[in-house]
Amino acid sequence: MKKFLIIFFFLIISNLTSISSFSAEKAAKPMSPGWSFKGFFGTFDRASLQRGYQVYTEVCASCHSMKHLSYRNLSEPGGPEFSKDQVKIIASQFEVRDGPNDDGEMFDRPARPSDNFVSPYANDKEAAAANGGAYPPDMSVLVKARKGGADYIYSLLLGYDEPPEDISLDDGVYYNKYMAGNKIKMSNPLSEGIVEYADGTNASEEQMAKDVTTFLSWAAEPHLEERHKIGFRAIVYLIIITILVYFSMKKIWSRVESEV
Amino acid sequence: MSSHEYTPSSKFGKWFNDRLPLLTLGKHLTDYPTPKNLNYWWTFGGILTFCLITQIVTGLILAMHYVAHADLAFGSVEHIMRNVNYGWLIRYVHANGASMFFLAVYIHIFRSLYYGSYKSPREIIWILGMIIYILMMAAAFMGYVLPWGQMSFWGATVITNLFSAIPLVGESIVTWLWGGYSVDNPTLTRFFSLHYLIPFLILGLVVLHIWALHVPGNNNPIGIDLKKPSKDTVPFHPYIVIKDLFALLIFLIVFAFFVFYSPNILGHADNYIEANPMVTPAHIVPEWYLLPFYAILRSVPDKLLGVIAMFGALFILVILPWLDTSKTRSAIFRPLYKQFYWFLVADVLILGYVGAMPAEGIYLLVARVATAYYFAHFLIILPILSRKEKVLDVPLSITEPVLGGAVSASAVRQKKDKL
Repeated sequence: MKKFLIIFFFLIISNLTSISSFSAEKAAKPMSPGWSFKGFFGTFDRASLQRGYQVYTEVCASCHSMKHLSYRNLSEPGGPEFSKDQVKIIASQFEVRDGPNDDGEMFDRPARPSDNFVSPYANDKEAAAANGGAYPPDMSVLVKARKGGADYIYSLLLGYDEPPEDISLDDGVYYNKYMAGNKIKMSNPLSEGIVEYADGTNASEEQMAKDVTTFLSWAAEPHLEERHKIGFRAIVYLIIITILVYFSMKKIWSRVESEV
Repeated sequence: MSSHEYTPSSKFGKWFNDRLPLLTLGKHLTDYPTPKNLNYWWTFGGILTFCLITQIVTGLILAMHYVAHADLAFGSVEHIMRNVNYGWLIRYVHANGASMFFLAVYIHIFRSLYYGSYKSPREIIWILGMIIYILMMAAAFMGYVLPWGQMSFWGATVITNLFSAIPLVGESIVTWLWGGYSVDNPTLTRFFSLHYLIPFLILGLVVLHIWALHVPGNNNPIGIDLKKPSKDTVPFHPYIVIKDLFALLIFLIVFAFFVFYSPNILGHADNYIEANPMVTPAHIVPEWYLLPFYAILRSVPDKLLGVIAMFGALFILVILPWLDTSKTRSAIFRPLYKQFYWFLVADVLILGYVGAMPAEGIYLLVARVATAYYFAHFLIILPILSRKEKVLDVPLSITEPVLGGAVSASAVRQKKDKL
């Protein structure tokens, strides 16, 4: 039995390492500021999410869309948990195209909480054209779409530096330690005090990077808190029932001369 | 199936059973004599049945919310993850369920290899199992395409392009598979349709697989034929049922860790980027369970030969009962085979590892050696071992080693040979 378990876990681990040891290209190993949402009981830092939304909407959203989220998500449990009224106000600051109305015409109206986040560009082509040919990726699942996840995004935001002498950069290309190939078309988005936090937190680059990455992690995985909660209960339940079944099995098998 | 006629006690039961002998089947399944020395490696059959049913049930629910359209598929998966009640749970169970399914099937196959379960009289069980395995790979591959992420799209492109290696008609076949001149919406819709169909084919084959198993009965760790029922067997219910349940629960704990605490670790980050035919990912890698075959494919420099090698690696398993002709089933009594068995396990793990690495330099060299060894194991080592290996004495019954009896199966066989 013990041997069986050891081999079983060995197989799983050997498979995992073969996946995770995928070769990274010439980029620094991402740093981690320590995330509250990692681990068995990980939850998001509510205040950090709210600040992160502020950074997103004031800095990132001018180029990056987040089309899979709706404004209502901002008030849902497990997220930034703005109040319903706050979300109504947030949504109403954006305009969406709706229609056709009874006259058959399309019209613009203020967004409602049920609307998806309004994208800064009409389409990907326009987004690419406005950004020197590099299309700013949609941020809805960005954290899950990058190897290294939250650590990588956080590091990238802080990874801008003067290029080493042997690297020459074209116009509109920047040096970043954490980017694969070290060249990135996004200019350094964060600078001290670019955002004035509503809650008075000092908007240092590290603080903003941490907050916006927390926000993006929630955006990519809005049910993370619920998942951790259900997961813990499910596993405790499974362990208890496994123990009960183990003793039932021992009892039943005691009737025959054989081991289980 | 059962040699003993079964008569239900109730009048209605008898009436019904005379017309459709479901109760006889039920009786057969509960009484089914099972070797009492089966170890935990034998519990994976039940675990696999559970996996199949889990995939079908979660898949059905996902299909209610998924939209098979190139422009909408990615968004519909996000819709499931965000807006559908417990959609995230259902999708993560389905996605990780595929990995757990393969983990279980690999253990099941390697158990069969170790204990010689593919040998006479169980060749048909083995072949049915191999067909199931091949269908599983087809289903998993097509399922991975459905979220229409970057790895979906480019994986589909790479794998379907394999068929272009067929001489003369290759290109036409690929166009036919795609339903166009590139992987696009028609490819996605047909993959969805087939992904929905295959699990039910697998279910049917599983029924045949179990039926074929119930004719000779289970193999067992010492690999001897058993008189059934006898002192060496226990009825399936409750003995094996409770044991399978216990193993399944442990398996579920591992499963739950993946689903709840690292649901994306077995996938590839690039698949959270919507498919873009204009941008090729730096490395195109299939899911982990296909990596050994991917390594074999890439280790051959010629495209057609590579494809032949990859499919050959599967076909060779199908004909295994006729490559390994040793009468002794279990590796316990085959000291040399036991060693080569573990070499094969290591070889397949190495192939899986290099399959995830770029096909260059040392990785390519290792892949080539490992591929050559894989084929050598089945085509050279096993046939030679079958003839030359000196096997140990096999006991006559499961209880015999305990009771310390002197007569062994090989001694009996030797006597027969002399006569």
